[in-house]
Order: sequence, then C-alpha cells, then structure tokens
Amino acid sequence: MREIHVDLIIQRVKSMVMDAEYNLPDDFVKAVDTAKAFEESPTGKEILETILQNAQVSSKEQVAYCQDTGYPVFFIEVGQDVHITGGNIKDAINEGVRQATKEGYLRASLAFDPVFERKNTGDNTPALIYFDIVPGDKIKIKFAAKGGGSENQSKQIMLKPADGLEGVKKFVLKTIANAGPNACPPFTVGVGIGGTFDYSAVLAKKALFRPIGERHSDPRIAMLEEELLSLANQLGVGPLGFGGTVTAIDLKIEVAPVHIASLPVAVNIQCHANRHNEIEI
Amino acid sequence: MSEIKKIATPLTDEVIKDLKAGDRVLLNGYVYTARDAAHKRMLEEYEKTGKLPFDIKGQVIYYVGPTPPKPGQVIGSAGPTTAYRMDKYTPKLLELGLKGTIGKGWRGHEVKEALKKYKAVYFAAFGGTAALLSKHIKSSEIIAYEDLGPEAIRKLYFEDFPVIVANDMYGGDVFEEGQKIYRKIEIDP
Repeated sequence: MREIHVDLIIQRVKSMVMDAEYNLPDDFVKAVDTAKAFEESPTGKEILETILQNAQVSSKEQVAYCQDTGYPVFFIEVGQDVHITGGNIKDAINEGVRQATKEGYLRASLAFDPVFERKNTGDNTPALIYFDIVPGDKIKIKFAAKGGGSENQSKQIMLKPADGLEGVKKFVLKTIANAGPNACPPFTVGVGIGGTFDYSAVLAKKALFRPIGERHSDPRIAMLEEELLSLANQLGVGPLGFGGTVTAIDLKIEVAPVHIASLPVAVNIQCHANRHNEIEI
Repeated sequence: MSEIKKIATPLTDEVIKDLKAGDRVLLNGYVYTARDAAHKRMLEEYEKTGKLPFDIKGQVIYYVGPTPPKPGQVIGSAGPTTAYRMDKYTPKLLELGLKGTIGKGWRGHEVKEALKKYKAVYFAAFGGTAALLSKHIKSSEIIAYEDLGPEAIRKLYFEDFPVIVANDMYGGDVFEEGQKIYRKIEIDP
C-alpha cells in the first residue's frame, strides 16, 4: 500500500487548476497557429491571431485566459494500492479548487441550486468529480475548466439503431452549426457514441482530453473523426462565428457498447478556451 | 473590412443610424455591466418600483462577469458572455432607452425587431479574448447588487474597446452574412 497524504493532493490540484486557467495546452496553441494558414476569411485570420495573443498575455501575466473560469471537472483514476491519509480525497480536490480560485483570482462561477435562489457558491466548489478505480499505486488526475457558453451548446440525442452512421453524422454537424458564434469557435468537439443516455455524455467529455491530432485507435472511428472534422470546417461558421473555414480545430470520438435498442449520441462542444491538463501523483 | 469608427457613450440616434452590421468600432466612455442574474433582478425591481438601478437612457450594457482583479489591476479578465440568454429582458430595456448591448453570439428575432423599433445596436466583442479586452477598461466600480459577486452591476470606463456591429437597426446580421460566404454544406435546421 502506498500512502498519499491529502495535503499533497490539495497542493497539486491547486497548482494544476491555476496552470490550466493561465496557460492553454501547447498542442492546442500550435494547432491554432497552424490553422491560420487554412482560414480564408480575413476577419477569421485576425481572430485566430487575437486568440494567440490572448494566450500569450494570459500566460505571461498569469491571469485567467477567459473570464469564465469554468465548471471544474475532474476525471480521477485512483490506483487500488493507494491509501489516502489525513482526510478524504473529495474534500482534498475541492480544497485545491477553493485555494486556486482565491489565490489565482478566478471567477466564482457556480450556483448552489439551478432553479430557486441560484446563489453563487463563492469558491467554484463543489467540483464535478468522476472517480475510477484502476490497478497500481498512483493517482491520475485530469482537470478541465468547462466554460458555460460552450457547455450550453452541447447536446445529447437517443437515436434509433436504424438512423445509423448517417444519423450520427447529421446530429454532430447540426450541433456544431447551431453552436455557432454562441460557443466561441474554433471548437474542439468531443463526441460520445454508445453506452447509455448519461454515459454517452461522459464519453464526449472524456474525448476532449485526447491530444490534438491524435486519432482513435480503431481505424473506422479515426476515419469518421477526420470526415466529420472536414465537414465541420465546411459549415462556414468560422472563428467566433463571423464566417470562415476554421470552425473546429479537432474532433474526437469515443465509443462504448450499447443496448440493442439504442444509439445514444452526445456532442460536447469545447470553446477555444480549451483549458485542461493532467497530473500523476 | 470597413474603416474603424471611434464612438463615445452615451449613444445618440445619430450615431446609431450610422452603424451597419460588420462595422468595426472602438467604444469609449462609461458602460454598465449586467448578465443573467442582474437582468432578472433589474426587471423584477422595475415591475415593482418603476425604477432601474441606473439611468439607462442612451447607455450601453456589457454582458460580462469579470474575474476578480489581481493587485494592481483595474479589473480581472473581462470578455463578453453569450448574449441570447439576455434576450428575454432586452426588448424592455431598449424600450426604456438602452441604446447598445455588447456580448457574443446570435440574438433572437424579438431582439432584432426591437433594435429596429427603438433604434439601437448589438455589438459583438471577441469572445474568450478576456485577458486582452480587460486592458481597454480603465476603471471599474460596483454600483448595484454587490451580493451577486461577479454578476453585480459595474460601471466601467472604456478606452478604445474593440467591437464589431453584429446587429444594426436595419436588420443586418454580421454572423449570418459572414457565414453565408464560407458555407459549403447545408444542414437542415
């Protein structure tokens, strides 16, 4: 049994949250830079350049890339040979978020309840945490700051098996086109196909963590990713929806086994404030 | 690309008439912030008291909830939030004299009609470029609803704050017009 103290988890979570909020991932920044050459609209090109400048400034000055510092979402894999000491892991994650919010000058963006008072929780907790138990003696923590604007344009549908691949494609492209300027393109698009109603959405969110340009290991899915990415960039949405040829930087699909009666599809839209990172303890 | 127009708040009908969808504008002067929670409360209070927390005539509302300022900063990161969420409240505010709103994304049909009726504009700022945009804000003061935290109403002073006219008083829409040019495939709505 390896012992890991909660103080270490608090410290590492706090620094990973602040790091994600100030510094966009290198692979995404490089991809936006590359995309400038493919953008036909002058305004679109200018916006991609502005996005890169914003990334430079937020990183240099250590300030939030976007004022919407997002809903803190964690995917945590806990090795079954790890023993957490000094407290419990959920509290430690939330304490890390709380400290990052205060010391990192992040916006408090969560409300306690959805339809009554909607009073702000004040410190971005409680975070949304998905746990998984895995072999080994390490803890792997993936974090995403999920902005409300792009989350609001994400969608789920329960298609019929007869709708098939064509139905999936149509739904994904329609969701991207409808998200348009509201969700701050260029997007990274996460697609979850299969599982249950809820799990398709989890898959879509998980897909967003895959490095830019890395294709699915199943060649059929890899081809579908490339086809949908190419079609997404023909929708005309363009950077920030002002029209153009760079609507999505990447599109990733995750799949899961499915009930014989069902074809769940979820599309999670990620804006250009593509803030996520991962650590291992 | 049209030439850049430098304008100052409060906005008059004369200024509004001259703005067309797609125009680049540098905004100067005072504007007020309000987003979801502040809009809801403002309009509920107006129903009861007939008053708004500030004189809205000729003014501009910026849909933003900034991050807290770091020491030495006037305001934290401060980019636009999605505008359609305020659509429910906007026609009434335009009727009461509001002349401009700043956000990102599409407006609904009713807002576009109200922009025509009351001679007003909707500006789009570059969403997500919040670290850059905050550099054009030279002062910030909470004037109402402090308990709403990031959603409190702030009075900001803009210096050459860059926006694009997204919807003008003639029915123009910069997003529709721009996307039409580059759309190679059609998706059924």
